[in-house]
Amino acid sequence: MPQVEMEKVEPLLEQFEDQRINLIPILQEVQDTYRYLPQEVLKRISRKLRVPLTEVYQVATFYRCFSLVPRGKHVVQVCLGTACHVRGAPRVLDRMLRDLKLAGPGTTPDLQFTVETVRCIGCCGLAPVARVDNANTHPHLTQAKVGGLLKKYQEKAEAPKAAKPDEASHAKA
Amino acid sequence: MPTLTINGIEVQVEKGTTVLEAARFLGIPIPTLCHDDGLVPYGACRLCLVEVSNGRKQTLQASCCLPAEDGLKVLTHSARVERARRLLVEMYVAVCPSSKRIQDMASAMGVRQVRYQAKHETCIQCGLCVRTCEQQMMAGAIGFSGRGLNRSVSRPFDMTSELCRQCGACLYVCPVCESRCQGPQAESTLCNGCLNISTVCFQSYDNAMCFLEPCHACEIGGPFRADVQVKPRSKDFTRIGEK
Ligand code: SF4
Ligand code: FES
Ligand code: FES
Repeated sequence: MPQVEMEKVEPLLEQFEDQRINLIPILQEVQDTYRYLPQEVLKRISRKLRVPLTEVYQVATFYRCFSLVPRGKHVVQVCLGTACHVRGAPRVLDRMLRDLKLAGPGTTPDLQFTVETVRCIGCCGLAPVARVDNANTHPHLTQAKVGGLLKKYQEKAEAPKAAKPDEASHAKA
Repeated sequence: MPTLTINGIEVQVEKGTTVLEAARFLGIPIPTLCHDDGLVPYGACRLCLVEVSNGRKQTLQASCCLPAEDGLKVLTHSARVERARRLLVEMYVAVCPSSKRIQDMASAMGVRQVRYQAKHETCIQCGLCVRTCEQQMMAGAIGFSGRGLNRSVSRPFDMTSELCRQCGACLYVCPVCESRCQGPQAESTLCNGCLNISTVCFQSYDNAMCFLEPCHACEIGGPFRADVQVKPRSKDFTRIGEK
């Protein structure tokens, strides 16, 4: 497991009052920052909010949007709901897993993609669908379209890398 | 001070008392699996349900979480309640056939068959251990994690907890940890073992059975008596009174 950059937590925790009701908003921020909930961070949150670690853990394992292991840069949710299933979602999923060299839903070793399955995201008319990063819905998927879809995000994933040093220097200046 | 009627008996209780406590105060036994006097009510097992009406409608509600209110009419052992409870116990037996407390309950309530496939789980998610750890031991070392089918009692990150003093209270309160007797039908889903043995004191009443702690006579004369024939039963279906 990668080294956790603890220094990112403190400013994040500063934004919230130390109250129990802030637990979920804080966890959401942490999830966005690290793309998972590191153990050390959960312990820190528990101490700061004076909420038992068991409770923090309970919440963290309850919701699908939280993950205790690092997730990829892009989360691809393939719908396996009834409508999508009937229209061939399992084949789309198979193809995607094969393209990413994954044995089952999970995260690629280079932390670029996480493939998840979901049950109906509420647009059965577009079946079979996949949603990327909780925002972009890709309708009427076929096996042939999977490659293009992944490529689109693969490129996007690499492009900002070049831009990053710039950003960093700006921030410092 | 609210006054309510339980099985036709009027009772006045302190404000904040639950219906379960009021009934117990009257000496009416209501079976429970997830209730403990020292813990905050949880309402997980639903075994304590009673029939309640305060107007036209009669509803089944969990008495351990139901505050006693003025004018409440409660029936603790109506036919509807009993039926619902038996169904629940039947399901609990199927989930955890190895639990003594559940098997005893099934025998006492007259559950004579289990129509569900046995699951052999190790937990019924009653939350007693979690609450005891937090509310009585002031440790909070264990808690629930996951949800739905994957919900289970666990320690954070599945690692030994620094908060656990290994007091064993969680094992003590657990209704599942105590195994049932390994008597004549140890393999069956529904035990009802004692019902199939003629005991010394209760020979002639074929449907009656005492559910007290086994008396000395039972112990030496009942289950272990050489001249008593223990009838082997079909695996999951037992009915008393049949020849
Ligand atoms: S382990 Fe036992 S006490 Fe704890 S929730 Fe499960 S059945 Fe209840
Ligand atoms: S089944 Fe896939 S969106 Fe409804
Ligand atoms: S004792 Fe009331 S629900 Fe379990």
